[in-house]
Amino acid sequence: MMFCEKAVELVRELQRLSDGQLPAFNEDGLRQVLQEMESLYDQNQADVNEAKAGRTDFIPSIKLRHSCLLRNQRCVTAYLYDRLLRIRALRWEYGSVLPANVRFHMCAEEVEWFSQYKKSLASFMRSIGGGEGLDITQDMKPPKSLYIQVRCIKDHGEFEIDDGTVILLKKNSQHFLPRWKCEHLIRQGVLEHVLS
Amino acid sequence: MDAQSYHPVPPGVGTEENFLSLDDILLSHQRLPVRTECAFPRLGFLDRSSDSEDLPEGTKMELPLWLSKGLYERKRRVLSVELPKVYKEGWRTVFTADPNVVNLHKMGPYYYGLGSQMLHFDSPENPDIAQTLLQTFIGRFRRVMDSSQNAYNEDTSTLLERLDCLEKALFQNENDLLPASKYY
Repeated sequence: MMFCEKAVELVRELQRLSDGQLPAFNEDGLRQVLQEMESLYDQNQADVNEAKAGRTDFIPSIKLRHSCLLRNQRCVTAYLYDRLLRIRALRWEYGSVLPANVRFHMCAEEVEWFSQYKKSLASFMRSIGGGEGLDITQDMKPPKSLYIQVRCIKDHGEFEIDDGTVILLKKNSQHFLPRWKCEHLIRQGVLEHVLS
Repeated sequence: MDAQSYHPVPPGVGTEENFLSLDDILLSHQRLPVRTECAFPRLGFLDRSSDSEDLPEGTKMELPLWLSKGLYERKRRVLSVELPKVYKEGWRTVFTADPNVVNLHKMGPYYYGLGSQMLHFDSPENPDIAQTLLQTFIGRFRRVMDSSQNAYNEDTSTLLERLDCLEKALFQNENDLLPASKYY
């Protein structure tokens, strides 16, 4: 038996998903780690009192439990931080509205964090581009052309482009559209870029 | 999902770990053969083969790297850490003779990472260990990169099996760029 096994499992859970996808928030696992930390802390409190009363031979054990507390703290912090990195990436990959199945995987605090991040990013984007603002989440790769051929993979209903025209995005229909209007829909899997 | 925007905390360089790096946390989970140089009251349960309540001085057991690092003290007798076989003189000679021969995945898989961490424990063999790690990497690097860039023309699966994690990451990086460079 060794301490901090549950904590490292949390880390493994994320490390396995190297492509950046966000798994469900492991509330249960987190609770178990925090419980272990409380238990270690309580045992150390008891031993510290004994050590102060003269039992200095308890000190190595106190140090060992303290290492375990630090280890658990490290694993939990890394777990939460790495999840935020993934959530931040979602803003850039999916846009400002997250699909429901992704939001499901976030805890309340992470949803709040995403909302704050969106606001920071939006106010930054408004402040650049000479007073007009600049959407830097578009055209992240240098585009080859302004208009692209796309095929609709899922029904998405009506879609308005800049000149007021309304396009019906029905599954399997193909359209020739301005790139900047399509990028988010491509990333969300609604449209697919048809490469000739 | 396109991994472009997700940039995890990378592992540390050399003997330093990055606190928030998932890879470093998993690396430091690896177990090392140790000997306790003092007693640990009420922690006997950490040694599976013993029944006693306390963990006595002189116990030979395995502890994870993170705990070994946490407990080790240069000036005090708390723990002595034994070098895993692969970093000892016997294996070092093999690596020096021909670094490409060895299956580092089987011997590791964190051969370089763990080897760098072993330098924390003040073994008199440290300079030799460090030297071997470096020379082995240099000796194998060329073949790893060559194979990676030729992946379209070669079957690289046998090579991949024998790489440690660091080499695999380098291989992967090169490999991911292949379609782009072919297009170019």
